[in-house]
Amino acid sequence: MPLILDHVNYIYGGDTELAVHALNDINLVIPDNQFIGLIGHTGSGKSTLVQHLNGLLKPTSGAIYFNGEDIHDSDFDKKKLRSKVGLVFQYPEHQLFEIDVFSDVCFGPKNLGLSKKETELRAYEALKQVGLEDEFFYQSPFDLSGGQKRRVAIAGVLAMKPDILVLDEPTAGLDPKGRDEILDQIAKLHNEMGITVILVSHSMEDVAKYVERIIVMNKGSVLYDNAPKEVFKHYKELEAVGLAAPQVTYIMQALKERGLPVNTEVTTILEARDEILRVKGVK
Amino acid sequence: MLRDITLGQYYQADSVIHKLDPRAKLVATIAFIISLFIVNNALGYCVAAIFLAVVIKLSKVPFRFIVKGMKTIVFLLLITVVFNLFLTPGEALVSVWKITITKEGLRTAVLMAVRLIFLIIGSSVMTLTTTPNNLTDGMERLMRPLKIFKIPVHEVAMMMSIALRFIPVLLEETDKIMKAQIARGADFESGNLIKKAKSLVPLLVPLFISAFRRANDLAMAMEARCYRGGEHRTKMKPLKYKRCDGIAYLVLGCYLALCIGIRVVT
Ligand SMILES: Nc1ncnc2c1ncn2[C@@H]1O[C@H](COP(=O)(O)OP(=O)(O)O)[C@@H](O)[C@H]1O
Ligand SMILES: [Mg+2]
Repeated sequence: MPLILDHVNYIYGGDTELAVHALNDINLVIPDNQFIGLIGHTGSGKSTLVQHLNGLLKPTSGAIYFNGEDIHDSDFDKKKLRSKVGLVFQYPEHQLFEIDVFSDVCFGPKNLGLSKKETELRAYEALKQVGLEDEFFYQSPFDLSGGQKRRVAIAGVLAMKPDILVLDEPTAGLDPKGRDEILDQIAKLHNEMGITVILVSHSMEDVAKYVERIIVMNKGSVLYDNAPKEVFKHYKELEAVGLAAPQVTYIMQALKERGLPVNTEVTTILEARDEILRVKGVK
Repeated sequence: MLRDITLGQYYQADSVIHKLDPRAKLVATIAFIISLFIVNNALGYCVAAIFLAVVIKLSKVPFRFIVKGMKTIVFLLLITVVFNLFLTPGEALVSVWKITITKEGLRTAVLMAVRLIFLIIGSSVMTLTTTPNNLTDGMERLMRPLKIFKIPVHEVAMMMSIALRFIPVLLEETDKIMKAQIARGADFESGNLIKKAKSLVPLLVPLFISAFRRANDLAMAMEARCYRGGEHRTKMKPLKYKRCDGIAYLVLGCYLALCIGIRVVT
């Protein structure tokens, strides 16, 4: 079910001197089964934008349509929307509160009014999907490691079976290993369950490997909205707004400048290797 | 919604009131509150209102910003007015069934309402124009004589400044956790009282945990910088009275004298 943002503006503290124009005329279409990266410098409005997707914030002007219906119509069922658009906040482990991991993951489906059996089934599935081992299910969530806590929190949203899963900087504060594990896990979710995933990040490097579409935000506006290789062509402009293309892009650009006729559109290290070998005639 | 609470908040602006020494502002606030209890007639309250209006004008804080903070005390105000209105004995003005509104009741109700509103606005002006740090600095300095009675003035001031500093942080945190739980289908609004109280658990538990974590971090950071209380501690920016503070005290003196004068004469 597609989500459409139509001329969305959002202003924090509208009637005071301290007003911040956080979103500026955003127009987006989020179709089914797409893996999207939402990238922007800190303060560019990423978190504000994602809070609009499930109706937590109401646009100052503009409208958002889910499945053709305006989500801020008075007769629109917001609770249903929140089960369909799962939002995982930044540092989601800070929202854990139950005595054990399993009950915490049950919170979401329970709020949807599902039967006890269905609730527990979903919680179990969700915990399996994020790759948490059974031995942790009945421990206190506060005794887990940072990466494990984050998985539990993500499972808490997954258990609501959303069609669109939005993750706000899911790798913030994790070590490289934890980061890769979480990202791989998310990619697997997208591939196996066919849900749309929106991955918010301030690092191109993180998302380049996974996503099929990148939305670049700058100062509350959408700067680019395209396939990764198209976006990375603007690596100079990206630098100007405090972002960077993946390292590979720089290497390939440098090689080209030195006279090696490589295709600079590759985005991952593996592709770059193959491309260099191809040009060199080894393969 | 939580951001509407302006009580105890600072409003950044470049004005004479902002630049005054926090001690002068504290003394002025206390003096203003006392003056509200000195005066007891319309003329007196007019003088107080003019004084307050001039200070607000000088402070460059938008009036609606101050009024927004008043929303939180409307309930308190209502109770005060209703009790005074109906429960003061005296000459009956209106009488319906068993409820009588007396002349004296009406008078005290209006008086109390005006006093309360002025009191809140007066103290809001102080907190809006003084950073929490400055405020506690001023308090610490003013309370210094209490040290003779073995009152740990510095520690009390430190505790207050930390508490004040954490109010906006905790409000922001509450907002964030609330949103996160709403995103998981939590409902904080509907249902009866018991259900509502129960629905607060997913909010309060993470909030307390986060408060303790922050307190712990802060204590650790203070330890790491060898903080050991007020003994032999000096200030980087010691408070110093300037000329405008002298003028402020002078104006304040005149105002108080006027209030006392009105009380004595009328
Ligand atoms: N609750 C808030 N109140 C006021 N301003 C806010 C609030 N949240 C964010 N902002 C401001 O809105 C802008 C966008 O913030 P945000 O969406 O959090 O950016 P990002 O997630 O990309 O770092 C920033 O300038 C930020 O200061
Ligand atoms: Mg953010």
